[in-house]
Amino acid sequence: MIRSTHLPLLITIATFVLAYTLCASQYPAMLSTRVVANLLTDNAFLGIAAVGMTFVILSGGIDLSIGSVIAFTGVFLAVILRDTSIHPLFAFVLVLAITISFGAAMGAMIHYLEMPPFIVTLAGMFLARGAAYVLSTDSVPITHEFYDTLQSLYWKAPGGGRFRLTGIIMLLTFLAGIIVAHRTRFGQNVYALGGGLSTARLMGVPLARTTIGIYATSGGLAGLAGIIFSLYTSAGYSLATVGVELDAIAAVVIGGTLLTGGTGFVAGTFFGILIMGLIQTFIVFDGTLSSWWTKIVIGGLLFGFILLQKGLTWATTLRRKPATEFAAQS
Amino acid sequence: MTAHVHNTFRRITPQLIILAAVLLLNFMVFPDFFRIEFQNGRLFGNLIDVLNRGAPTALLCIGMTLVIATRGIDLSVGAVMAIAGAVAASLAVDGHGWQVALTGALAVGALCGMWNGVLVAVLRIQPIVATLVLMVAGRGIAQLVTEGTILTFLDPGLIHLGAGTILGIPTPILIWIALGLAVTAAVRKTALGMLIEAIGINESSSRLAGINSRVLIISVYLISGVCAALAGVIVAADIKGADANNAGLWLELDAILAVVIGGNSLLGGRFSIVASLLGALIIQSVNSVILLSGMPPEFNLIIKALIIIAILVIQSPTVKHALYILRASAEPQPSEPIKEAKESPQ
Repeated sequence: MIRSTHLPLLITIATFVLAYTLCASQYPAMLSTRVVANLLTDNAFLGIAAVGMTFVILSGGIDLSIGSVIAFTGVFLAVILRDTSIHPLFAFVLVLAITISFGAAMGAMIHYLEMPPFIVTLAGMFLARGAAYVLSTDSVPITHEFYDTLQSLYWKAPGGGRFRLTGIIMLLTFLAGIIVAHRTRFGQNVYALGGGLSTARLMGVPLARTTIGIYATSGGLAGLAGIIFSLYTSAGYSLATVGVELDAIAAVVIGGTLLTGGTGFVAGTFFGILIMGLIQTFIVFDGTLSSWWTKIVIGGLLFGFILLQKGLTWATTLRRKPATEFAAQS
Repeated sequence: MTAHVHNTFRRITPQLIILAAVLLLNFMVFPDFFRIEFQNGRLFGNLIDVLNRGAPTALLCIGMTLVIATRGIDLSVGAVMAIAGAVAASLAVDGHGWQVALTGALAVGALCGMWNGVLVAVLRIQPIVATLVLMVAGRGIAQLVTEGTILTFLDPGLIHLGAGTILGIPTPILIWIALGLAVTAAVRKTALGMLIEAIGINESSSRLAGINSRVLIISVYLISGVCAALAGVIVAADIKGADANNAGLWLELDAILAVVIGGNSLLGGRFSIVASLLGALIIQSVNSVILLSGMPPEFNLIIKALIIIAILVIQSPTVKHALYILRASAEPQPSEPIKEAKESPQ
């Protein structure tokens, strides 16, 4: 029996499969492992950030700061590796500590000052971007042996596709996200929070700890995404990744998560990312379509999925009353 | 009547104090800040610049205040600015007069606003999601209109809207003040404002009370779209070209901030357009302080963020409540708490 809560996820997966089949029927080369591997590598940083965004949106909040946090992380790593001689691994730990505490601070402001997440994370977005500008306004290249080692790590699949470390980290992040969301108390608390603040409080959900934890997770994952992005570009630039938060939100919505919170799946976000990556790949393959069609198609997809969710919620509320009567009879 | 003026004044007192403080800061870093000169048939001065440069945000926040008062939000205004600028520019390039270009841009803005309004009011989609669609797709549409280039135009009438003057005062200032006054009059001299507030406080009960919430919600998004289109035309006229990628980029966030700094609750309900406009001026004055102080430009954003966080923390419900408790326990007058309770948005 397919539960209606699973339906958006199934439709997202079906859309992806259908879109991929259509693309492949037009360009058979799309089936090669190279394309699949690039799909994972190119969207690795976005995917990791979107996992954090999924948790935030599941809890009924929003995090506008992640694009800026990714840029800050990149610039911070580039500057610290240029000016000091510390090992990149230590720099990674340092930057993750900063981004996690940054997220936690935003969560604390949201909870204790009772301010809307939209406004708090908007200020956070300005702050993180500003901090990146202060560190450096130029694009700073990263030249470190350890970076070369990390970038050269890949598994070469038959067909020439290179599954790089960054793509694998994204897959692991999604796996961890799925486990945390569905198999831990924290995950259940996130869903409860999204279902309604007062209900969650009455159920005994630790509101302060959960809210701070959610935004710390999102901040930390944005930091991880920043590390991956710096591996991807070998540089840190304060103007990079502008508007990534919108892509992440779009991926989460296309993945079937309700923006009101409480309903959705981390796995859906994964397919949302893949669908968005697929559109870009198709435009590259086609060659005649202009880049702005990406935005228009993603906007159209967003609209389609929102309508679908609306239809489903409407259908389930219509069906609920007769369903309880049936249950009483049987 | 005097009581009414008194109430309005009390409502905007915090914004006036913050604005005065920021302007004083401007004066401290740049002693000539308040000097206004009349040269070459127009007014010059830093104060005029603040009013002029703040025009796009001010225009956006007029519509945004109404949208937020209905418990909504309009994320698409930046993208609508880009679309409207592109439409105006392409009409001007095709040889139409500035009247046609302006009307075309405003009509497109109204259409965009109506689309948002229908999604929110008829399809019952959450405002933040409904307007996200146009925010994502809008810049693509604008690029489609300009075909990916920056469309430049030379129509003097259109350029006048952004860079010209009337009686020595830059046109953008006159436009936002006139529109602000007109909309304020429209909502305050009639029952419209109260009806909009009723929707924001509780939509279902407002509908039960006989308010046609559907039409009203569509119209506030429509007004927001028209305001955004006007701002888009001004921005395009100012640079004599339509830049689909950068026109109005992130201005939706500035506009929302202006509304919030203006003391309007994001949860809807009571609103004040005048306070929002003051909020827009506060944001522009903060920008001006940072520029005039001669600090390295890379500090701009971080200082702006810190000032905004400070303003938001002062206005947050928790801090307000704590201040209220402090004041109430300091001077136990029976009339004071009742007045304060009336002031609070709920």
